[in-house]
Amino acid sequence: MLNRGRNIEKGRVITRRMFILAAAKILLFAGISSRLYNLQISDREKYEILSDKNRIREWKTPPQRGIILDNFNKVLASNDRVFQLHLILDEINDFDATIFKIKNLIGLDQFQVKKLYKKKERLKPWDTLVVSDNLTWEQFSKINLYLHELEGAKPVLSTSRFYPYANDLVHIVGYVGDASPKDLEKPEIKENFVPGLKVGKYGIENSQEKMLIGNYGIKRYEVNASGKRISQIDYIKERQGQKVNLTIDIEIQKYAQELLKGKAGSICAMDIYTGEVVAMASSPTYDPNKFTHGINQKDWQEIRNNPLKPLINKSIAGLYSPGSTFKPLVALAALEYGILDPNKTIRCKGHKHPYELYGVKYHCWKKEGHGYMKLRNAIKQSCDIYFYEMARLLGVDKLSIIAKRYGLGTNVLGDLYNDEKKGLVPDTKWKRRALEQSWYLGETVINGIGQGYIQTTPLQLCLMTAQIANGGYKIKPHIIKDESINYKDVINKIKLDQSNFPLHERNYLDDINVEYYQRMYHKKSNINFVLDAMFGSTNEQYGTSYKSRYDDPKYQFAGKTGTSQVRRITDLDRELDLDTEQIEYKKRDHALYIAFAPYKDPRYAISVIIEHGGSGSKAAAPIASKLIKRIIDRHKLREQFNNGNISLA
Amino acid sequence: MLRERIQASNYSFLDKLRSIDYLLILLIIAIGSISVFAIYSTEGGKFSFYTKNHIIRLTVFFSLFLVLSFVRVSTWYKNAYLFYIVGLTLLITVLFFGISASGATRWINLYFLNLQPSELMKIAVIICFARYYHRIQSSDIQSYKFLIQPIILLIIPCYLVIQQPDLGTSILIAGSGIAIIWLAGLNIKYFVYSGLLLLVSLPFVISLLKPYQKSRILTFFNPDRDPLGAGYQIIQSKIAIGSGGFFGKGYLKGTQSYLEFLPEKHTDFIFTLFSEEFGFLGSIILLLLYILLIYRIINVGLVSRSFFAKLYCFGFATAIFLYVFVNIAMVLGMLPIVGAPLPIMSYGGSSLLSIMLGLSIVMSCKIYNQEQISVY
Repeated sequence: MLNRGRNIEKGRVITRRMFILAAAKILLFAGISSRLYNLQISDREKYEILSDKNRIREWKTPPQRGIILDNFNKVLASNDRVFQLHLILDEINDFDATIFKIKNLIGLDQFQVKKLYKKKERLKPWDTLVVSDNLTWEQFSKINLYLHELEGAKPVLSTSRFYPYANDLVHIVGYVGDASPKDLEKPEIKENFVPGLKVGKYGIENSQEKMLIGNYGIKRYEVNASGKRISQIDYIKERQGQKVNLTIDIEIQKYAQELLKGKAGSICAMDIYTGEVVAMASSPTYDPNKFTHGINQKDWQEIRNNPLKPLINKSIAGLYSPGSTFKPLVALAALEYGILDPNKTIRCKGHKHPYELYGVKYHCWKKEGHGYMKLRNAIKQSCDIYFYEMARLLGVDKLSIIAKRYGLGTNVLGDLYNDEKKGLVPDTKWKRRALEQSWYLGETVINGIGQGYIQTTPLQLCLMTAQIANGGYKIKPHIIKDESINYKDVINKIKLDQSNFPLHERNYLDDINVEYYQRMYHKKSNINFVLDAMFGSTNEQYGTSYKSRYDDPKYQFAGKTGTSQVRRITDLDRELDLDTEQIEYKKRDHALYIAFAPYKDPRYAISVIIEHGGSGSKAAAPIASKLIKRIIDRHKLREQFNNGNISLA
Repeated sequence: MLRERIQASNYSFLDKLRSIDYLLILLIIAIGSISVFAIYSTEGGKFSFYTKNHIIRLTVFFSLFLVLSFVRVSTWYKNAYLFYIVGLTLLITVLFFGISASGATRWINLYFLNLQPSELMKIAVIICFARYYHRIQSSDIQSYKFLIQPIILLIIPCYLVIQQPDLGTSILIAGSGIAIIWLAGLNIKYFVYSGLLLLVSLPFVISLLKPYQKSRILTFFNPDRDPLGAGYQIIQSKIAIGSGGFFGKGYLKGTQSYLEFLPEKHTDFIFTLFSEEFGFLGSIILLLLYILLIYRIINVGLVSRSFFAKLYCFGFATAIFLYVFVNIAMVLGMLPIVGAPLPIMSYGGSSLLSIMLGLSIVMSCKIYNQEQISVY
């Protein structure tokens, strides 16, 4: 019985302990349930997002770049079909072997192979390696033939930037290339960037990036843990960038470049009413297509080491003393301020009796002298002596007000080009601030013939000419078509506004700001005087560019030559009086020419600069003459096209 | 009368069939079927290797379970120590002839099956302890003499399993053994003291752990410590379960497992897959099935006359509970990742075999529940 009692006790203990254990189990299961509740109900959203992040991966697809067109909608920058070879990395088992095969097939050199390995290191295992973004047709077909032996290789038809007019436009349109870390800081690139996307490096391509870049597409794929694509979930199509219409006429631009061939220099042509830049050539030039896929060292060195500096856009980044092309403006300033009567006579006595001021001698360019000169003749024959005296009477500060008003000393195209130079229009304030020296009268004197501190770009000279030629109205120069302005109205308004009376509410002799398409002159007659003198310079005997004239009133133009010294002329030089060819290239004068045409009803202004070309009348004026004919020949077409009367394919 | 009949052990076959716990069998079939679907899903909805093997094993071991259920409980009792010795021998065999996989030597090649003796040891310890405490008078239980023996019996297999190394199974073996010592009525103070001792010696124990085990424990406390290495499993498992929501992503639609973000999804992480596809609802239902299973096992113990059967059933129920709890708590990030399969659900022959074996002993306890077992 005792045994049995003990057994009952033992059974009770076991059962009691079992129930304690069971209670503990229930507690622990409750713990698991609450954890499940937490994960699956309270925090569900958080884990759903994490799960989607896990399984969905996005691939961005590059957009096509917007095209760039000329005034007549001719394509200046397009997207050409290119053949590319991509490698899908996660489909490759033996990378070395694949690269070796590809190397032999398309003929990569050791350097390129090394580059590929470097590139691969930066990629994620599910990324795509672009082996070549520009295969020849031959290479491409070879790849396709042996495709079954190349694991992970994908021949791709893609597009890349192409510039059909290559060398003729690089300084305007610019070029594209791989984005640098600095490019990626720009918001428009940062927001739209896709690996491999080319971005604008210079010119319109660079400054109009926002328009051109477009929007990338997104392909969403479901991927597995090792990143392999399982299925496409979603595809937001990429959007091509907007087109950009330029005011350039490619035919004229091409011709301008041709005229400059073999020379260093610039030609600018502008509509004097609308401010449209019709041509803006800079020489020598280079091929932007070479930059699209990364320029090779040899080509790059060739461009960089060229002594004529093809990389500099001479039209806007080349700084030159305007020389005698500055004289019409000096004359205009002197007339506006009433400094001198245009009939005042000054005698130019040649090198034996130069102009003297405080013991310093100032020579005219003409050795034997011009004799007795009135203002019109002084402009026509470009007499320096007359201008020395006139500048002295005028003073540099008044001259600087007029010079700045007519477009010198400031960017012509705003911030369109990051390398555009402002140039320099000196005055006494500037010298005190910049050089901490006071102004010398002698500096005013040489300023009067466009030498000394004054620095201008060819496009500034073109603008200056345009704004005198249009009767003294401020225009807005531009190279990208501006649809917001009705130019017909603007032209009519300017042409009808021929009042010769000063308006009383504004004093045009003060340093005032003038709005676009408003008059800048004080007296209309002064403008007309200068225009007439420029006519004489080109179309009358003894005029400096008489030889380049046209008698046909359709092409007849008026202009002004300029020869800008690049160094001080010594007495020895004057004695030697060498021909241009006899002087070392670097020491030769720059040849300049400004003109407007047609004289009777002017429409275009042009500036030509030939670096170290010698005299303006010999080197620059003939070129301007040829180009003017071409521009006027195409004027009717341009007018009709811009008015929407005709359309060209 | 009844007693005589029992002692004579002349159960008719009909009696036996009548005493079978059909609910228990139903539960086994239910969980087994769920496991087939789950493993089918781990293979991305393809009927291939794992699914096929799992079905074959389930069928074979379930049949074995049915057959062994009719073995008299006294036979189990008599051979309890032998069972233990066989288990131990196999463990020692592993030491010398075991085959290795992923850095651990746990298996013996039996040609048709790679047997994992540590899994069998889980059951062997329970049956051995049940026999041991069956014959000890309740007055003797507290004595050191009778305490030291089971502790030695427990430490030997645990040590051998840790050497493999397999911390998870070792803890589960120890847990089941301790559960029976508890059930037998050992004074609570011993448990409290040894608990405190373990706490104090924890730093020392951790210093003995293998680097990967240490890293798992550190990772448990901060999974983001190494999100692509040791923390990867637990982070991905939590994402899978959490993203399942209330109703789950749907059968065969668990993106985490389908897209191979889940590690070991057909073995230790099978619950994660199930929970991702069937959500909170499905998980709770599966949990309830396990609770019911445990309840039925306990019930068998309650209706059994012999201490051996009681101790065995309660002990085995606790073991099942431990396996389920450790596995689920582990995939939920509540416990460090130690290798512990989910009973029946996880793919793995030895684990399934030992569970079925254990269940067949439970069933035999049920069928022969009136059988008295002599102490000697």
